[in-house]
Parts: sequence; structure tokens; C-alpha cells
Amino acid sequence: MGKIIYLDNAATTKTAPEVLDAMLPYFSEHYGNPSSIYGLAAESKMGVEQGRKQIAEVLGAKPEEIYFTAGGSEADNWALIATAEAYKNKGNHIITSKIEHHAILHTCEYLEKHGIEVTYLDVDENGVVKLEELKKAIRPTTILISVMFANNEIGTIQPIKEIGEIAHENGILFHTDAVQAFGQVPINVDEFHIDMLSSSGHKINGPKGIGFLYIRKGLKIRSFIHGGAQERKRRAGTENVPGIVGYGAAAKRAADTMEQRTKKEIELRDYLIERVLKEIPYTRLNGHRTNRLPNNANFSFQFIEGESLLIMLDGKGICASSGSACTSGSLDPSHVLLAIGLPHEIAHGSLRLTLSDETTKQDIDYVVDAIKGIVERLRSMSPLYEDFVKASKRS
Amino acid sequence: MYSEKVMDHFQNPRNVGEIENASGVGTVGNAKCGDIMRIYLDIDENQIIRDCKFKTFGCGAAVATSSMATELVKGKSIYEALQITNKAVMEALDGLPPVKVHCSLLAEEAIHAALWDYAEKNGIKIEGLQKPKSDIHEGEEDESEQY
Repeated sequence: MGKIIYLDNAATTKTAPEVLDAMLPYFSEHYGNPSSIYGLAAESKMGVEQGRKQIAEVLGAKPEEIYFTAGGSEADNWALIATAEAYKNKGNHIITSKIEHHAILHTCEYLEKHGIEVTYLDVDENGVVKLEELKKAIRPTTILISVMFANNEIGTIQPIKEIGEIAHENGILFHTDAVQAFGQVPINVDEFHIDMLSSSGHKINGPKGIGFLYIRKGLKIRSFIHGGAQERKRRAGTENVPGIVGYGAAAKRAADTMEQRTKKEIELRDYLIERVLKEIPYTRLNGHRTNRLPNNANFSFQFIEGESLLIMLDGKGICASSGSACTSGSLDPSHVLLAIGLPHEIAHGSLRLTLSDETTKQDIDYVVDAIKGIVERLRSMSPLYEDFVKASKRS
Repeated sequence: MYSEKVMDHFQNPRNVGEIENASGVGTVGNAKCGDIMRIYLDIDENQIIRDCKFKTFGCGAAVATSSMATELVKGKSIYEALQITNKAVMEALDGLPPVKVHCSLLAEEAIHAALWDYAEKNGIKIEGLQKPKSDIHEGEEDESEQY
């Protein structure tokens, strides 16, 4: 296998060398259980608390407001289910959006089977939640608004501060799934009126299998995993010590490098978008043109199907992803692309490229050239393209 | 997830293209589900399939099953072609992942649709051939949209 160009950093990222170095001693040197009493365990406990502090600092939160989980999905499940339970005397209504990650949407569907009412907000053509619609959706029984910080597919960043303000003006809790945004864009939980926030370590060059839920002090959220006093009795289970240490190091690294890293990514992302839109006909950019994650580009190529494109890109050493049905294991293409109003066949022909700080201009040039050739080849095989060309000739 | 044969037929598809003034053309599937197959047949006066071409909008399995289906029908009589099932297409490709079995069904239907078109054009009835049920009208109205 030759050189790999990895442009699927929204799926997962490479663990950074300094993160790995920070973690390694916690496997076979500082292996004590943080709950134990002896000196060996104290090292582990310190590692956990340092990780917690490093993460809290990035968010402008207190360390005791960070609760480690096994990942972003667990944090999302916990936030929704525990809020529904804890605030059931106040109401049974949750507001979320149609473009959330399935960790939110499927948990909402689960809650609907248990007496919770859920409003799924529409988004505009760029994937932005409509604030007027949010205000109209609020009921006296609304206990929670959960809107993702930035979308994992199309990269659109939501007006989180405004949503938080609306929530708090109405005495409603606000949760945000920040799995894609944490470490990529500046977040301050107080400034944005965030009560709960989910995040995942492996999206920011940290390890897999670790995430956290930020829970604002004073919230009634109870335990989701029972069986121990870890995480202030709110999340039982022996801590994933190396994971937490690595997550802390990754969060610090992401925050320290954010400004110059994202500046470079935005430049390359815009260069990529510009070249693709200019050089490949019948192509559109999905998501907001500028108000999007620094490393995200998402295109739809008319007349072709995404999985075919991915396999051919893989053949050229390029790792990417698509919102086509074939990659989701169902017949429906991405719910996000449908929610922004794309017809099915356009949604099937989508391609997501997510850059990293290692991506170079040479990589982008290679990738755009590869996409050009592949799209042309797939179109030459496409009956939709054939019909389109014939129809254009007729008219 | 795909067998080597599927990958080969996807990366080097056989018989891609169109046949001008084809004896029969069949298009099945719909853009909504992400798969459309079109098969062109060139059938001689002895009802032998002289040539077969395809165009497919779809995933790797859709392209590979189309390619294999064209290989299987080439040189066959229309009655032999009618006997080619989705199972035969799958077996010839050393199997498909379970979620992709519908692609092989589409290939079978595309052959049937092309044979139906041939029969209609020539005013003949092919014993055992049913009117194809798949159509692509769903989603067609969106084709003219430009981005």
C-alpha cells in the first residue's frame, strides 16, 4: 500500500504522539485503581484529576463538572435519559433538531416510547436551526433543548449562544452534542449558556473509548451507570485512566494549537471547496459556506452514487466518507442531507472530506484530481447522466 | 466487505455503454433508493443476444451485478437469458453482502425489462416473461434540478 491520504477526521483521528506518550505510563507503571488507598493508586488518581482539569479549562468549566464516560454516544444517552427522568415532575417535552447524531435521535425515539414528547426542529438549506421555530416549539412542559454544536456531516455550526439564551430565558435546560466542535472551535459553557455538553476523545487526536458529559453544577442529573462511587457517584465503573490522561492531553493540545491549526485548515478547506466547485460541473457544497467546521467539506456530485466514489477513492489511497444509503446499511441516504432539502439522488452522491493539521496543499491537489477523474468515469456509466445529456441536447 | 470478483467487476466493469437502436432497453430501480440499472440488448433474427451493454447509477455491488449480468446473457438465446436469476448473478460474483442482495435482484429485473421491451417492439410474446414491475418514475422530476 502506498501513501494514505486520510480525509476522514470527522470519523476519527490519529492519536497524537504526545498524547500517546502521556498515556503509556498509565498502562503498566501507574496501573493502580484510583479508588484504592495506597500510594500506587494515588498516581492514577492524579492522572484522572489532571485530565479533568485540562478539559474543564478548555470549556471554562469547573473540574467537578466534567464526568467521564465511555464516549460521546454514552454522554448523549445519559444527558437525555437522565434529564427526562430527573425533571419528569416539571414536564415531558424535549426539543431537538432533525440533523442530530443518531446517539441523540435514537435516544429521543426511545424516550418517545416511554411517554416523552419530542419536537424535531427543521433546519434551513444550510443546516442551521431556525430560532423562530425553536421559540414557537417551547411549551410549559419543555424540560430540555438539545441541539448539536456543529454537524458531523455538513459541518454547519449552530447559533449555540442564541439557542442557550432562548433556553435560559424560558427556564429550560440546554444540552449540546459538541463531539465535532470541542477542540475545533472556542467553547465557553457560561458564555453560551450550556448546561450539559457531550464530547469524545478520539475526535481530537485523543484515544477511543473515552468521552465526557459536562453537567453544570446544581443540576439534578443522576447516575446512568450504577455500581460505584466514581465520578462523584454519577458514573460508576473503574475510570479509564490512560484514556482520561490521553483525553486531557489531547484537549490541551487542541486548545493550545487551535488558532493556528484551524487557520491553516480553513485555508486548505476553502481551497478544496473552490477547486471542486470550479472544476467539477453539477456539483454543490452542502452546509454553510463559511460558518462551518474548519476542517469540513461536503459535496454532492449529481448523477453518481457515493459508495462507488468512496471505493474508487480508496483505490487511490484516499480515505473519505459519504452520506449515501449504501454506507449507512439502509435504503435511505443521510437524514442530514434530506433535512437540508436535497432530493434523494443528490443525497446519494455525497462526499465528506474532513482535513487534519497534517493535510497539505499537495494532498488536496492530488485528491481533487482524483475526484475529477472518478466523477467523470462514474458519470460515463450513469443512466441518470445519459438521460440528462440527451435531454440537454433536445432542448 | 466485497469479494475479489465483485471488486474486479466494479473496478473493471464489462460491457459499459449504450447500444444505438438497441433491440430492447430496460431500466429498473429508482434514484430514491440509490440504484438505477439500464440494460441494452442487441438481439439477432434467431433471438440470440448478440451484444449487451449497461449503465448503472449505484453502489459497488450495483455496478458489479450489472457487469456480471451482461456477461451472463451475452451469446444466450432470449429464453436462456430469461432463466438467469439473481442467485446465478450472485454466485458468479462469489456472493454479496446481505444488504446488497437487492442489487442482484435489480440486475435480474433489468434483463427482464429489456426483454419485455424487445418483445413489445417486435409484437411477440416471450413465454414466462412478466411485465417488469420496477419503474424509475419516482424521483424523475428532480433530474432537471441543477446545482
